[in-house]
Amino acid sequence: MDTIERIKEQISENNILLYMKGSPKLPSCGFSSQASQAIMACGEKFAYVDILQNPDIRAELPKYADWPTFPQLWVDGELVGGCDIIMEMYQQGELQTLVKETAAKHSSEESAE
Amino acid sequence: MTIEAVIQEKLLSAFSPIHLDVINESHQHNVAPGSESHFKVIIVSEDFEGERLIKRHRAINSLLATELAEKIHALALHTYTETEWQNYYADNTPLSPNCLGGGKKAG
Repeated sequence: MDTIERIKEQISENNILLYMKGSPKLPSCGFSSQASQAIMACGEKFAYVDILQNPDIRAELPKYADWPTFPQLWVDGELVGGCDIIMEMYQQGELQTLVKETAAKHSSEESAE
Repeated sequence: MTIEAVIQEKLLSAFSPIHLDVINESHQHNVAPGSESHFKVIIVSEDFEGERLIKRHRAINSLLATELAEKIHALALHTYTETEWQNYYADNTPLSPNCLGGGKKAG
């Protein structure tokens, strides 16, 4: 599968997805660390992709996303933003709402199936 | 011209900001002294009114695309409208510390 197809699949299959350097437990960059901590603090499950382990995604995603840097938070198939946006939304309480509503929406979809 | 000055000039002419800070934070990172690799921008402009954060950041990223591709490793962006800026500062004005008596003359 080519890289763009793989990215599209990851984004469509994971409602809350963070592309980052390292992992939430062992982040390799201060910005990725801040972003993953803010998302973890929202208290819902989320997926992540370590782009240091996936150099092809690291190379292709910025073009596909029209976003030059990492981390990148994708919610419901849409790019929410990078570290500064995540932090600013977290401080305003908007991130918590977005994450909780997204998680709730998809868990009710699952139970309806 | 330093990269700091380029960033400043481009932002000033594109957004006519009410307030603009371009801060070189490279010294906080593992780079040679005098590097221009990590920057933080605080910008307040009426152009951001009604625009979501991602759109504001995208506008700045595309304005600085050449610098981002070639020279800047990290660019932290804090974008506000005038109202947001006032609200932000109303809540977050850093407090100056209280006097601890160090200015009193001995005796």
